Amino acid sequence: MASAGGLSEAAPLWWRKRPSDRTLRRDGRLWTAWTAAVSTPFFAAGAFLLWLEPLTFPVALASFAHGWVIPELYARRGAGSVVPIGSRASAARRTDRSEDAERAALGLLGDLVRHEQRDLVARTGLVLERGRLGTWLIGERGAMMVRPGGRRVDCWCVRVAEPGSLPAGDRVAHLLLALREDEAGFATVANFAFSGAAWRVRRRMPKRSRPALDAARGDARAPLSSNS
Amino acid sequence: MARLIRLDRSGHTTLAEWAPDDAESHEPAIEAFRRELDAGMLASVSHPDGTAEVVRELPVDAELVVLRRPIAGG
Repeated sequence: MASAGGLSEAAPLWWRKRPSDRTLRRDGRLWTAWTAAVSTPFFAAGAFLLWLEPLTFPVALASFAHGWVIPELYARRGAGSVVPIGSRASAARRTDRSEDAERAALGLLGDLVRHEQRDLVARTGLVLERGRLGTWLIGERGAMMVRPGGRRVDCWCVRVAEPGSLPAGDRVAHLLLALREDEAGFATVANFAFSGAAWRVRRRMPKRSRPALDAARGDARAPLSSNS
Repeated sequence: MARLIRLDRSGHTTLAEWAPDDAESHEPAIEAFRRELDAGMLASVSHPDGTAEVVRELPVDAELVVLRRPIAGG
């Protein structure tokens, strides 16, 4: 993925650093540390209550549950930031949609992706695109990136600025083109929504779209030479 | 024939077509291109290796030039 001109949308965001491998690793660790800092006190409080008085078991259990739910809610927010084509929040489900426009947009999107990706888009509603920072899954709104190794997923909130009545496929095409133009610029414009374990995000994705994450994880695990 | 298309509510609209070796056919395409850029659209050219490039002048040797709207976070 190359950037010849850079993403013009990133230019006004001068205060944001362009993400790199190093900053993404750092942000991922910070996210994990923050999640642990928020969750651990609930586990500690539950354990303390049990140690103090075993009869407080129900309260301790509630505390453990609280500690468990926090990372789940973060993952849910991350997964929810990506809208696959055809999902509940998809533009393709609007009542005022034009079937012809949806078909035309999907046709163009099919022309933009590689042959082997077309089937994945049709099945999951997400476009897989390999970048230098990781393997991306692009939706109508939002994108997630599987980091090299396939264990960590970063989720991003990003969209067409004024989507109007653009069909679903065109919304994806907008984001895909922007990503191809300038990957780091794309990640600069997008808002970081979540970073964490891929398995946690997968459970919060629509069932139909989970194979896309599996494929992206497989791609992110493969050596670079086999993914050119 | 090379094409200039705009992603819009109809899916996409072909704004101009031209032949790379026919200079006369370039003019309407260049005009349409500039008009769209002035209206706030961004132009993108995809390359066979999967990369894309933002362009500010119509590349007459490109097969397909796609006009898209800006993206934003959130």
